[in-house]
Amino acid sequence: MARNVGRQCVRERDAVRTAISGLEVRRAASLGEALSILRDDQRTPIAGATDLYVALNFGTLEPRRFLDIWAVNELRDISMNGKTLVLGALATYTSLIRSPLVERHLPMLVEASRQVGGPQIQNRGTLGGNVANASPAGDSLPVLAAVDAVVVLRSADTERRIPLTKFYTGYRATVMRPNELIVAIEIPPVEGRQWFRKVGTRAAQAISKIVVAGVRAAVPRIAFGSVAPTVVRVPETERSLASGATIDEAARVLSREIVPIDDIRSTAEYRMRVATNLLRRFWIETG
Amino acid sequence: MPAVGTSVARKDGIGKATGSALYADDITFPGMIHGRTIRSTIPRGRVKSIRFDFDTDGFTIVDWHDIVGRNSVDLIEKDQPFLVESEVRHMAEPILLLAHEDRERLNAAHVEIEYEEETPLFDPEQSTVVFKKIDIMKGNPAGALASADLVVEGTYRTGHQEHVYIEPNGVIAVPEDVDGKKGVAIFGSVQCPFYVIKALRCLFGAHPPIRVIQTETGGGFGGKEEYPSMIAGHAAMLALKSGRPVKIIYDRAEDMIATTKRHPAIVRHRTGVTRDGHIVAMDIDVLMDGGAYVTLSPVVLSRGCIHAAGPYRCDNVNIRGRTVFTNTPPNGAFRGFGAPQTEFAVEVQMERIAEALGIDSVEVRRINALRPGDTTATGQKLREDTSALMVLDEAVRRTDFLRKREGYRGTNRALGLSLFYHGAGFTGSGELSLKSKARLDLTPTGVRIATGSTEIGQGTRTTHAQIVSDSLGIPYEDVEVAQPDTARVADSGPTVASRTCMVVGKILEECAHEMKERLNGLSPAEYHTRHGAFSVERMYAPPDWIKWDDATYRGDAYATYGWGCDVAEIEVDPDTFEVRPLKLTAVQEFGRPIHPALAQGQIEGGTAQGLGYALLERVVMRNGAMANAQLTNYTIPTTLDMPELDVVMLENPYPGGPFGAKGLGELPMDGPAPAVVNALRWLGFDVREIPATPELIAGCTATA
Amino acid sequence: MKFVLNGASTDVMAHPMSRLLDVLREECGLTGTKEGCGEGECGACTVLVNGEPVCSCLIPVAQVESADVVTIEGLGDDHPLQHLFMNEIGAQCGICTPGMIMAAIALGPSPTLDDVKIALAGNLCRCTGYSAIYRAVLKWREMSDVNVSASATR
Repeated sequence: MARNVGRQCVRERDAVRTAISGLEVRRAASLGEALSILRDDQRTPIAGATDLYVALNFGTLEPRRFLDIWAVNELRDISMNGKTLVLGALATYTSLIRSPLVERHLPMLVEASRQVGGPQIQNRGTLGGNVANASPAGDSLPVLAAVDAVVVLRSADTERRIPLTKFYTGYRATVMRPNELIVAIEIPPVEGRQWFRKVGTRAAQAISKIVVAGVRAAVPRIAFGSVAPTVVRVPETERSLASGATIDEAARVLSREIVPIDDIRSTAEYRMRVATNLLRRFWIETG
Repeated sequence: MPAVGTSVARKDGIGKATGSALYADDITFPGMIHGRTIRSTIPRGRVKSIRFDFDTDGFTIVDWHDIVGRNSVDLIEKDQPFLVESEVRHMAEPILLLAHEDRERLNAAHVEIEYEEETPLFDPEQSTVVFKKIDIMKGNPAGALASADLVVEGTYRTGHQEHVYIEPNGVIAVPEDVDGKKGVAIFGSVQCPFYVIKALRCLFGAHPPIRVIQTETGGGFGGKEEYPSMIAGHAAMLALKSGRPVKIIYDRAEDMIATTKRHPAIVRHRTGVTRDGHIVAMDIDVLMDGGAYVTLSPVVLSRGCIHAAGPYRCDNVNIRGRTVFTNTPPNGAFRGFGAPQTEFAVEVQMERIAEALGIDSVEVRRINALRPGDTTATGQKLREDTSALMVLDEAVRRTDFLRKREGYRGTNRALGLSLFYHGAGFTGSGELSLKSKARLDLTPTGVRIATGSTEIGQGTRTTHAQIVSDSLGIPYEDVEVAQPDTARVADSGPTVASRTCMVVGKILEECAHEMKERLNGLSPAEYHTRHGAFSVERMYAPPDWIKWDDATYRGDAYATYGWGCDVAEIEVDPDTFEVRPLKLTAVQEFGRPIHPALAQGQIEGGTAQGLGYALLERVVMRNGAMANAQLTNYTIPTTLDMPELDVVMLENPYPGGPFGAKGLGELPMDGPAPAVVNALRWLGFDVREIPATPELIAGCTATA
Repeated sequence: MKFVLNGASTDVMAHPMSRLLDVLREECGLTGTKEGCGEGECGACTVLVNGEPVCSCLIPVAQVESADVVTIEGLGDDHPLQHLFMNEIGAQCGICTPGMIMAAIALGPSPTLDDVKIALAGNLCRCTGYSAIYRAVLKWREMSDVNVSASATR
């Protein structure tokens, strides 16, 4: 669902379903196997397929060679490592919703997960997939950005830890290398009240028009989705609030800090207005 | 026990719930191949050249040169081609047809088409090509406007709406030998099998024998009224050329981009009122965007105009309507058929009239609501089955409207109300000229209904069987319903216009009475054993009092009307302008409900479509094509978008209907949008357009 | 490729990237699972994989290897929920019905109306406005909850 995979606005009718016979897939049973396949061979990882198969059905799927990692069960764990919450890349939205650990440490991710697609999509869509898909409208991404989550990337040879806020380099572009997999998302301890709000195109199964996630602390941390080419933190706004600016002043800072656009779902004007309204509401409700 | 009036088991059986019911895509034939439509990618211009960038070996390819009869989809006019010859008038217009047994090869086939592009026309207000004009005149509206105490003006806009039947369009054309002649059988998801016959006779001339068999149909709502004729023509051409069965199933995007939508409309009102709240003059201008071909636009405009004054009495009325050409895919039939557009406009106008007068809007409606003996804009004198006040009073009472609305003052919640009506059956003399027929066949175990009326979810099989059962005095279980197959059933007219239960049901009632007389006290089985089978076929005779003049638009527009009053209770998020409907009370009067649970389903489902129309469903057009042609981005209500529904069914029988029934299918579509928008007015949002998206509402706050 | 389909071990010859939906409909001949959108939005293609409702239009068949797949046909033709969908007019045109039933069947005991709405939020119906579907599902759960407690007290 959160799925903005290569959707053309006006699809030429030549774009019919991608031919399955032209696709090639290898299946990995373990992380080690997956990484060794990726070391030798450039393939697009496929997990819950909720974005990828939409592209396939719409004929906009570009890759032809895949690595199926759905069976790599070691990537499904949700656990604590000291004070860090570690979310396996293949944790589905359903497993995030049901996890007592996530409920305790990152309740706003539970809230965000409940608002992804319908139950069928929540049963298949994975957190790692949402991160890798790199949509500016990805529902979980503002939550991860607001808590300074770290993306754990692994290749056959190395492991890298990249803060989510540095993970995206532009519209649908990331720092990931072709031989790497996202194996986990690490959530450092979160101090302060968490707040999440998705404004979608309808009450369920909605693509977001704007998403806000915030943590109210001495220095508040606030992230937005769907207001820029990538998910964004708003450091200027955070600083102004931390330094005691009024909420009206902070809202003015915010309006200079984000650059929403018009698309088929909403308008730049609406997004800007609602972003500032939600900043106010965040501030009031967590105050 | 009588079947009519009780919620008997549906005639559909359990198949829909077990997955065994067969829809078009579930059916295969030996040797079947798959068809695909190559469409224009420009909104206006000419085809210069066509090049096949694939190995055509094994493909069946059809273009307009293959057409032996006439290249036009025979509807009201014959202006729309099955396949473009040279001139392209809209995006996604069919140009070529391909068929192949391997779907992957079929999908991979690339056809390069070069065009000479021309500047497209998208704005209906700029269009000078008028498909149809209507002018309804009653009394002296100019004079009455001039002498009114107050004149209220307003312009209202409604957008496209997509049907979103969950089963996309699809047909299979199967070559068949009929008495040594090469014919074709069409199996498909269609509302009107005999419309397809008419269109294919025009396409092929008199030669091939053609029959149309309706498969289980996954929703219609008007969207499978006229467009399936196009698809059937395409599949039939491929089948006749290849000599093999050809299946064409649209995927969702193709269905949304290429097929019809509800007509967008701009409606302008000038209403003259007295200080004490009486409407003395209505001047209404209706403009509908017809799209690139005439299709059904003239009759959509007609119904829209006839309903444009709302369920209100007024001696001086002028309604001018026109539907015009634009370079967009043709708009067509959609539940309500023009009335949801114009009734939205008049109901928001009524709210604004009340505001201008300082009189409560419920009171203004009560003062002006049509009563028996009043005349409508076309001069129709209404009969006893007129229920505007009945539904209004019940809705106000049931929702405790005035007190509750007052209690919400100063909160982000509000109530809004709409009063509406919907004419049942074809307009004016339409039912007379349709000459609909229905037939009852005696079988060894009972009777069989043989009509072309289709079951598209609304319960045709069931309500017809109930009517026949009680009229014939035999158990409901002894009535079977034939699958519509144009070679075997009577042409009962199209399954549209809220006419299937009321009009076709009436013919069946008369068939049953005649059959009962012939049975002369015997049961069908007894009679069959002694004398063998027989059939009774009858033609519809509209009430003899109906007088209609199509030239002047004067007279009895409809034999009867259904009446409704919707109350919407909503909540608006002050930060995001999202509207959450909390409850919708739908009080509707439609004569005798033949099957109360099915009737309730019609009201609940129509109300859901109306709420989508009001709030969510926005067709984004870019360069003449739907830019959000996916269910992800064209959003119909989900479970979580729907409020609690409170349905109240009132009865005021129509003597000309079977057991007093009126038409119902379309009525529920007319009310939700104005009720919701009128609730928004109470929250200070001066909305005059639907869908009332959060973006639109946010922009309406300045004038509050 | 092997998996368990409606309780029986099944072996299909299909490209591993084939959509589960197509394998079910075309290879296995089970056309009760419908395609309405191809984007996981309408839910008409809902089946259970290892007990959880999923959209079969978005699943490569390779991913159900050795899994337990249940389609509408797996419920047989006499399931109380199937009868309730027809009797309560939870099915009108019927095209969403198999998917709707497969989503509802996964509901836990004693659901509230809100539970039902959430469980069915991934299934679109254009005919009913959903109310009749809620009536069917809630009646079914009431019936089966009564049966469960009756057998528990025995």
